Amino acid sequence: MALRPPEVRVWWNEPIARGELLWIVIAFLWGLFMFGMMIYWHLEGKQNLSTEVYRIDPEVFAQRAEETTEKYKIGEEGDTGIPIVAPPPGSDVYMVARLWEWWPVLQLEKGQSYRLHISSVDWQHGFSLQPVNINLQVHPGLEHIITITPQETGVFTVVCNEYCGLGHHTMTGRIRVVEPGQGG
Amino acid sequence: MATAAGELGVIGGIAAKFRSCPATGLKVDLAAERLIKANAVVAVVYLAIGGLLGLLVALTRWPAIHLLDADTFYLVLTAHGINVLLFWIIFFEIAVLYFASAILLNCRLATPWLAWMAFVLMIVGSLLTNWAVLQGDSSVMFTSYVPMQASPNFYLGLILFAVGALIGCGVFFGTLVIAREERTYEGSVPLVTFGAITAAIIAVFTIASGAIILIPTWLWSLGYIANIDTLMYKLVWWGMGHSSQQINVSAQVAIWYAIIGLLLGAKPLSEKVSRTAFFLYILFLQLASAHHLLVEPGLSAEWKVFNTSYALYLAVLGSLIHGMTVPGAIEAAQRKNGYVNGMFEWLRKAPWDNPAFAGMFLSLVLFGFLGGISGVVLGSEQLNIMMHNTLYVPGHFHGTVVAGTTLAFMALTYLVLPLIFQRQVIWPKLAKWQPYLFGIGAGGISLFMMGAGTLGVSRRHWDITFSDALLSFDYPPAAFLMMGLNGIFAILASIGGILYILITVGTVLWGKKVDASNALESLGPMPARVLQSGSSANVAKHGSAEAHHLPGTYVIVGVFFVSFVLYYFVNWKYLSELWPMS
Ligand code: HEM
Ligand SMILES: [Cu+2]
Ligand SMILES: [Cu+2]
Repeated sequence: MALRPPEVRVWWNEPIARGELLWIVIAFLWGLFMFGMMIYWHLEGKQNLSTEVYRIDPEVFAQRAEETTEKYKIGEEGDTGIPIVAPPPGSDVYMVARLWEWWPVLQLEKGQSYRLHISSVDWQHGFSLQPVNINLQVHPGLEHIITITPQETGVFTVVCNEYCGLGHHTMTGRIRVVEPGQGG
Repeated sequence: MATAAGELGVIGGIAAKFRSCPATGLKVDLAAERLIKANAVVAVVYLAIGGLLGLLVALTRWPAIHLLDADTFYLVLTAHGINVLLFWIIFFEIAVLYFASAILLNCRLATPWLAWMAFVLMIVGSLLTNWAVLQGDSSVMFTSYVPMQASPNFYLGLILFAVGALIGCGVFFGTLVIAREERTYEGSVPLVTFGAITAAIIAVFTIASGAIILIPTWLWSLGYIANIDTLMYKLVWWGMGHSSQQINVSAQVAIWYAIIGLLLGAKPLSEKVSRTAFFLYILFLQLASAHHLLVEPGLSAEWKVFNTSYALYLAVLGSLIHGMTVPGAIEAAQRKNGYVNGMFEWLRKAPWDNPAFAGMFLSLVLFGFLGGISGVVLGSEQLNIMMHNTLYVPGHFHGTVVAGTTLAFMALTYLVLPLIFQRQVIWPKLAKWQPYLFGIGAGGISLFMMGAGTLGVSRRHWDITFSDALLSFDYPPAAFLMMGLNGIFAILASIGGILYILITVGTVLWGKKVDASNALESLGPMPARVLQSGSSANVAKHGSAEAHHLPGTYVIVGVFFVSFVLYYFVNWKYLSELWPMS
C-alpha cells in the first residue's frame, strides 16, 4: 500500500489497467483541447486582451489625459466636478487610475470603437467595468491601449478591484454609453 | 515511552531512540516524533488564529452585518491570508515531511538539531511578520504588490520563515539519503514518501523564487534599492505564490493515499501511473505564475497561453489522474474488503463515521469539483477577463486550499493523534461530525464567493455598497444574497474549525493513552477485514497487474468530466457576450 515500498520491486514494468489508461488518454486530449481553445479564441473570438503596451512616465500619461480631457470635455458629472469627456468615435481616450479615482468620466457611443488608454500614476489598480464585468490590471508606468466597443447604452461603473490602500473601496469611475449621434 | 518498548537502535554508529508503532509496526524515531508534534501543534495554533480572522472577514463582507471598520478589515484580511495560507499550511507540511521520511522509511531523522533550528526560525519569522501587520502600517495583503510598501519587518519575517522552511526541506532530503545508505527500507520509497518528495522539490524552487523577490523588496523597504519593477515583482512573486500551492496539492494527494492505505488497506492501482502523475507536477509547475498575470499589461499572449496551461495542461493532467486513481484505489480495496454488490456498495459501506475517512473523501470531492474545475476556468487566458480580482478568485482557492488541503490535513490529524501523539481522540461523536461541518462550510464559502465573483463583486473590498464613494454603484441584489450566504457558511466552517481545535487540543492534553491493546481501534471505525488483519499495514496484496473492476469509479469520474466540460463551455458563452475588445 501507499505507506510501504511497492510490493513489486520492478513496479515500472507493470502493465496499466485499461480503464486507467483510457482516462489518462481522455484527460490528455481534453487538456489539448483546452489549450487549443485559447488559440482559437485569439483567431475567431472577439474578446481578447490587447498586447499594445508602452512604458511611460506616469507624469507624461497624466499630462496626455489632461490634454484630451481639455479637448473633448462636454460637462461635469453631477456636482462632483469630474469632467465628462466625449471623444469622437475611433479616437484615443484616456483614463487615469490614481488614489482613489478613475479620471475622467467618459461618454462613448454604442457600437463605436475607441482606443482606450489606461495607466496608473501611483500604485497598481484594478479596472473592473460593472456590470459588464471586464477586469484588467493597471500598473504605474505601463500604458495599456485597448480597443473597446460598447454594446449597450447606459451608465457603467469602473470599480477598483486591486487593493490599493485604505481608500480602495471608494475608488470608482464612470463610463456613459449613449446612442450614436447623441453625444455632446 | 508509555507504550511500546523504547528501543535504543544504533544504526551506522549513530545512536537514535526508537519505539515500535503498535498499529503499523513501523519504527518511530523519537526525535522525529517530537519534531512532528512541535510543528503540528504550532500549525494548529496558526489555524485557530487565522481561521478566526477569516470569520471576521466574512462577517464584514456580509453587508447586513459589516462587522469591522475599513482599516481593521484590511489589516485583518492581510493577517488572515498570511496566517492560514503560509503559517498553518507550511508548519503542517514540515510535520508531514518528517513523517513521510523518518517514520515511513523506518529511519532516524537527519540532524534533529538543525530541524529544531528551522523550527525556531519559522516561529521567529512568523511572529515578526504578524507583529509588523499588527502595527497597522503593513496592511498590504499577503501578496504585498509593489509599489505599496509594508514595514521592513513584514518582509524580514517572511524571509526568516522561508529560510526555516528551506532548512526543514534540507533535513527531509538528508533523511532520505540516510535511509538509502542505511538500507532502512527495501526497493523504492513508498508512494506517500514519493508524493512528499515531490512537495519538497517544488518547495525548494518556491522558496528560491521567494528569496529572489522578497530580499530585494526588503532592501527597497529599507531604502537601499530605489525601485522594484511592478511587473517583475508579480512574475517572480507568483513563482513562489503559485508553486507553493502545488506543494499543497502534492502533500494533500499524498495524504489521501496515506489515509486510505491505513484505513482501508488501499494501494495505488498502479504505482507507475500515480508516481508519474506526481512527477508531472515537478516538471510543469514552474510555469504556473502565468495564470495570475493573464490580464496584466506587458506580457505577450503567446507567453500567457503557453504558461497558463503549464504547457498543454500537463500539470492539470497530473491532478486529473489522481482524481481517478484515488477513488479507484478506494473502490478496489473496498471490493477486496468484501463490499462487492452493485455499483456503489463499496462507497456506501465506507467508514463514513471515521473522521479521517470522511474528511479525506470530502476533501477529494470538494477539491475536484469546486477548486479544480474553477481553477482551470479561471486560468484560461480570455476567461480570466471576467474573473480577475473578483471574489471568484478567493472562491476558487477556498475550494482548493481550504475545502481541499486544510480538510485533508484535518483528516490526517485524526490518525496522527493516535499514531504520533499516542492519544485516543476524545469526543469521538463530535469528531465524527467535524469534517462534515467544516467541509460543507468551506464548500459553501467557496461556492458563494464564486457566485458573487461571477456577478462582478470585487475581492478585498470593504464596502460593496460604495457608500463613501463619490460615484456610487449597486451590484445586483443577487450579489448581496451571495455575500449573506457566504457569511452563513463561514459560520458553519468556523464551528467546524473550532471543533477541530477543541478536539485536537483536548486529545493531546486529556486523550486516553494508546498502547498495543487498543492501537488499531484508536484509528476509528474501519472495515472488518482490515481490523482482523491485525495491522492496517498488512492487507492490500492485490497487484496492479490484476484487472480491476471499478464501475463506481468510472461513474464518478464520468460525472466529474461532464460537469467540467459543461461549466467550461458555459463560461466561453458568457465571454462571447462581453463587449468586443482587442
Ligand atoms: C473559517 C474558515 C475561513 C473563512 C470563513 C474564510 C473566509 C475568507 C474570506 C471571506 C475572505 C475574503 C475575501 C476577500 O474579501 O477578498 C478570505 C480570504 C482569504 N482566505 Fe480565507 N477563510 C477561511 C479559512 C481559510 C483557510 C484555512 C485558508 C488557507 C489555508 C484561507 C486562505 C485565504 C486567503 C489566502 C485569502 C486571501 C486574502 C487576500 O485576499 O489577501 N482561508 N477568507
Ligand atoms: Cu485602486
Ligand atoms: Cu483599489
